[in-house]
Amino acid sequence: MRHSTSGRRLGWATADAVVIVAALLPVAWILSLSVKTEAALKQNTLWPSEVTLDNYRGIFQTSLFTRALVNSIGIAVLSTLVSVVLASMAAYAIARLDFPGTRLLVGASLTIAIFPQISLISPIFNIWRAVHLYDTWPGLILPYLTFSLPLAIYTLSAFFREIPWELEQAAQMDGATPFQAFRKVMAPLAAPGVFTTAILVFIFAWNDFLFAISLTSTDSARTVPAALAFFSGASEFQQPTGSIAAAAMVVTVPIIIMVLTFQRRIVAGLTAGAVKG
Amino acid sequence: MPRRQELTGRARAERRLALILCAPAVLVMAAVTAYPIVYALWLSLQRYDLRFPNRSAFVGLENYLTVVASSRWWQAVANTVIITVVSVTIELVLGMLVALVMHRTIFGRGAVRTNVLVPYGIITVVAAFSWRFAWTPVTGYLVRWLHLSTDPLTSHGTSLAIIILAEVWKTTPFMSLLLLAGLALVPEELMEAARVDGASAWQRFVRITLPLMKPAILVAVLFRVMDAFRVFDDIFVLTGGANQTQSVSILGYDQLFVGLNLGIGSAVSVLIFLIVALIGLVFIRGFGAAAPGAGTRR
Repeated sequence: MRHSTSGRRLGWATADAVVIVAALLPVAWILSLSVKTEAALKQNTLWPSEVTLDNYRGIFQTSLFTRALVNSIGIAVLSTLVSVVLASMAAYAIARLDFPGTRLLVGASLTIAIFPQISLISPIFNIWRAVHLYDTWPGLILPYLTFSLPLAIYTLSAFFREIPWELEQAAQMDGATPFQAFRKVMAPLAAPGVFTTAILVFIFAWNDFLFAISLTSTDSARTVPAALAFFSGASEFQQPTGSIAAAAMVVTVPIIIMVLTFQRRIVAGLTAGAVKG
Repeated sequence: MPRRQELTGRARAERRLALILCAPAVLVMAAVTAYPIVYALWLSLQRYDLRFPNRSAFVGLENYLTVVASSRWWQAVANTVIITVVSVTIELVLGMLVALVMHRTIFGRGAVRTNVLVPYGIITVVAAFSWRFAWTPVTGYLVRWLHLSTDPLTSHGTSLAIIILAEVWKTTPFMSLLLLAGLALVPEELMEAARVDGASAWQRFVRITLPLMKPAILVAVLFRVMDAFRVFDDIFVLTGGANQTQSVSILGYDQLFVGLNLGIGSAVSVLIFLIVALIGLVFIRGFGAAAPGAGTRR
């Protein structure tokens, strides 16, 4: 009996280890490339024999990367803010108010969220050139709303449905003003859902590549994923591998920290709409 | 309902508030998606080459005929279908295994859940670069480990396999988390009862777990199929669409930004949109996947 438990335990531990290694290997590899010396990049070993920060110094000296980093942060933050504010209003109505069109709205959001983005590229490209939004921040923020807003509405309405709204009336009966009831009772209840949604939306915007390469042409709005595709080495004969790896780490580490810190919420957010329906 | 009139008044006020609250989101969504789609339809009926803008004219369905008659389009459709079917199938199996590991394992459960989120959080382009460098001779450790003598990213079959690998690595976590949430809905007592009745682990999985998880599985597969069908980032970074590895999204992008042909590019866009809409319909009608979220049903 004891034997079979420890054997089983070993089996699960092996399964755990396999999953963890598989999940981390490509990230470890990028990290390794980012600290390899120019010569070591040509030795196809998984780990570097010596560690250098030259690649990191290199990318922070080019405006190509620093501008892209600023663009990525600014554009992702603004699209997150806009979509979360607009989606909170709509999700409140969907979760709490009785009106015809609830289903239609959620259905439409979902349809738009899984929409093939390439279908929007040609018309938006043409419209943006005409209205001078091509290669600008709003020129990316607006198309990002096509996926961030539906995603936010969908996730938030799933969260808001779980909130015990009766507490608002209870607080008012206990003598709280409507504003106090909102600030002290309802806002704290809604905050976790709003926060989780903001993280998910931010990750989506941060990840976008297709809109970013299609609707920008200079470093005035080009984000990091798009800039990575335009990286070149210090000289014509140098491969940009080290620079790409370093830049990749810079944009990956903060997201990984954020994802790991808020992992419970993110899992709840990802599965909220899909399973509870 | 004794005081019907009062209720109607209240209901009316509620509707008005709902309208006001939803209006901004609805207007924005219409402006950024509905309008461009209609405009794409219009563009797809024009001869519109950015190099010769003054030769633009209404040509009806000519662009569609050109696209449908080209072998590149069908190659791209075939690639996209292969990538979608193979990667979603692998993801479903792997995702189920990972979900079972997370569900059943007692120690190390937290570590697995934490690490599984890493691929989810990473930018697709970054992960794609990681795979590209790993498979590039001279630089890549995988080339050395597997003793490859040629560059796997220069031939059709191996390129597609690596694209699928990149897709699977990136999106299996999402699949496994959705499936894990589904697993949590399977009542423990039922499994226990089956165990007492002498059902093997495999029988319990096939007869109890799978049927109860059907809705979760269908939703996860639907999400992933729609997502996989628009595969772009991985291919762009790994092969750039070389050695006949274009997906429909890569083809549409090339028509616009390499071919500078807005008319043809828009026709491709509309065709992709129609295919994706069709897949969604088939899933919801055919397989009875509850339109996710279409519900006050709880």
